[in-house]
Amino acid sequence: MAAGVAAWLPFARAAAIGWMPVANLPMPVAPSNKNKHQDELIILNVSGRRFQTWRNTLDRYPDTLLGSSEKEFFFNEETREYFFDRDPDVFRSILNFYRTGKLHYPRYECISAYDEELAFFGIIPEIISDCCYEEYKDRKRENVERLMDDLEDNKDSKLPNMTFRETMWRAFENPHTSTMALVFYYVTGFFIAISVITNVVETVPCGYMPNQRDIPCGERYTEAFFCMDTACVMIFTVEYLMRLFAAPSRYRFMRSVMSIIDVVAILPYYIGLVMTNNEDVSGAFVTLRVFRVFRIFKFSRHSQGLRILGYTLKSCASELGFLLFSLTMAIIIFATVMFYAEKGSSSSKFTSIPASFWYTIVTMTTLGYGDMVPKTIAGKIFGSICSLSGVLVIALPVPVIVSNFSRIYHQNQRADKRRAQKVQKARLSRMRITKSGSSSAFPHSKRNGLNQSLELTGSLEEDQQLKKTTSLLESQHHHLLHCLEKTTNHEFVDERLYEQGYLQTALQNFPSQSPSLSSEEGITGTCCSQRTKKSMQPLSATHTHSHTHNLQELSALHIQCGEQQPLNTSRSSLNLMSDESGSLNCKSSGLVTTAIISIPTPPSNNYRASPDAPTPPNPDAPPLPNPGTDVVKISAL
Amino acid sequence: MSSRRRRCKRQLIKFTQHIARLITGTLSSDNEDEEQESTTLRYHPENLEQLQSQTHFSRQELQLLYRGFKNDCPSGVVNEDTFKNIYALFFPLGDSSKYAQFLFNAFDKDKNGSLSFEELVCDLSVLLRGTTEEKLNWAFNLYDINKDGQITKEEMLDILKSIYDLMGKSIHPRLKEEALRQHVRMFFQKMDINQDGVVTIDEFIDCCQKDENIMQSLKIFDNAV
Repeated sequence: MAAGVAAWLPFARAAAIGWMPVANLPMPVAPSNKNKHQDELIILNVSGRRFQTWRNTLDRYPDTLLGSSEKEFFFNEETREYFFDRDPDVFRSILNFYRTGKLHYPRYECISAYDEELAFFGIIPEIISDCCYEEYKDRKRENVERLMDDLEDNKDSKLPNMTFRETMWRAFENPHTSTMALVFYYVTGFFIAISVITNVVETVPCGYMPNQRDIPCGERYTEAFFCMDTACVMIFTVEYLMRLFAAPSRYRFMRSVMSIIDVVAILPYYIGLVMTNNEDVSGAFVTLRVFRVFRIFKFSRHSQGLRILGYTLKSCASELGFLLFSLTMAIIIFATVMFYAEKGSSSSKFTSIPASFWYTIVTMTTLGYGDMVPKTIAGKIFGSICSLSGVLVIALPVPVIVSNFSRIYHQNQRADKRRAQKVQKARLSRMRITKSGSSSAFPHSKRNGLNQSLELTGSLEEDQQLKKTTSLLESQHHHLLHCLEKTTNHEFVDERLYEQGYLQTALQNFPSQSPSLSSEEGITGTCCSQRTKKSMQPLSATHTHSHTHNLQELSALHIQCGEQQPLNTSRSSLNLMSDESGSLNCKSSGLVTTAIISIPTPPSNNYRASPDAPTPPNPDAPPLPNPGTDVVKISAL
Repeated sequence: MSSRRRRCKRQLIKFTQHIARLITGTLSSDNEDEEQESTTLRYHPENLEQLQSQTHFSRQELQLLYRGFKNDCPSGVVNEDTFKNIYALFFPLGDSSKYAQFLFNAFDKDKNGSLSFEELVCDLSVLLRGTTEEKLNWAFNLYDINKDGQITKEEMLDILKSIYDLMGKSIHPRLKEEALRQHVRMFFQKMDINQDGVVTIDEFIDCCQKDENIMQSLKIFDNAV
């Protein structure tokens, strides 16, 4: 429950008077505040700076240091104040949390000092409010990463218990960890360079053969180039296989961009080996050699800047898309216009609109080859408009891309996408935690049997147990919800179990008992026995319901009427504190029969065998509807 | 029907405005600030002695109540949305907006759309410290939605539905329409003495005073605050 609106609880409780005339059942007893004393100011002396607040303010969060009795350890008898030897600046935010219900993180504070103070005062950082949470998480992550970087720098030697595979992977990813890795790194780099240069030189015309024109070097020194190619491909294949072996997740490695580039780089060679005999497809084979140029992308493992460039382009995909789209639009428009403008002039190169595309592109990018030139006046006018607009259209998205690149470069390339996803996921899970925490507090406390001790005029020890586990505020809130239950004659259940029970009881014969069944009319059953607070009456098979007067003491109980069910699995999932199960002599008509006997251990599969089970005097707790059986509710009369 | 036409016209006007803005090049976000009117009223209650004489609360209790009130509503008044939000925090599992609306209408005596501290505290003193007749009067006022002095079956159905909505859907047994109507029928059976289909204030007060349960339950909140 949001303690920030604790002041409104009297209003909410007073509004509950509106339910009273409509309710048919008596209301539970309200929790009494026995130790209600006048609200007093308490003084908190934090390293000399005195803060004062009402005691009620601090009591709003009873599970922190200041809200619980833990602060009594810091009470100074002589000065009648609580003294804390901590940082007073951070204490300001902490005290404001009690006052407003929101915890803020001041930006000038060091993150680890703040964390320490929060831990000291027993406040979990997850409740930092949304306005400051992003900043907090960012700083925290930076801190953690910095610590990890420091650790890694000190980690020159191998960890003793890393497997060979892990060592290899580490060597591949960080070449400066060991000399072998460094050697490997440079060797592969060298061979990539050799391979690329070979590809280039292959096509250079060199030398003369008598009575033949220039031929490229590749055809002159075929064996030499073939040997070179083979050697490079050998090295690349070995490297790829070693990386594949060392990768912690082979499937993920094979999907990564770098490995695809590796594969594409070496594949043409093997395809060429296979296909040398076949004359028809050798033409296609020649085209495949183009893919050898992809080897140059292997350099991106060696160069950080290249990787950042690739990542920038990926992250600016939308801007690039916009650029492309607007360029296409402009090209089509201007090509059409130029075509129709130049249609009149003779010997015009603008033979069709697609032919004008070339002119438009060359003009808009300010290349201006001059192979196609407009001759008419209209054509020249539109041509100039075309070149002017080209400058504008291209100039607009480019600064965005540039700024993106510089931002990523300067940020030490932490993947923005990864960070945004983590924060979003954490935020969603936080919201879920707080929501489920507040909404399931009441069913949880019901299960813990606290409401029962509220309902009966409890003895002293129950009240103390009550105070121990919940604060007065919470108990009043739970009392309010309990009154609501009584008014409407329905019960709150935990949401998850509601879903379970809903799915399973939907398939069964749910006896459509209206709420009036559980009212004064009594139980039309063949037998019943009751469980009072102190004593236990034995189960009797064929009692009539003449014991209705004893039902006054029964709180809400659930009676399961069903066949044998495998209870153990469902029991363990319910995680009840005090197990109760129904022991039934039920007829197949599904009428309500017996009552409850409490068994501390999970019951055996056979319900009917439990009449003689011993029952300790547990406090009553309303057992939750056991999914899979017909459940009928009997509530207190 | 006319409201739909009006909405259509309004949207058409908005659309043309949007087109005009597109053409002239102003950004739409600049103009939105002008559309929001600032409704910051400051309101402060009467002084403490007067409130003390009007209600059954002691000075300290009034101080405590006002401190909490001012914390959440610095402007001094609660409007309907804030009231609904605050009330929803007490019933996280269900939907409390309808019942909060009924409550708001019952608290808001002068019907100006906002609750001041005096209105709240006067009603609170009636509910927590008043006589049973006053409490029943207040409850009747709550149930009588259109304030005509009679509770009809439809009004009671609405009220009960809103109370059941407070529970939410994870309740057991599952809420059925029939259970609701049954509850209304039971209420009318009990309260409507002359069986004319409506419950007047005298019938209501009479029946409630005869019912032990209700008398008992009206007293349980007497020590709240």
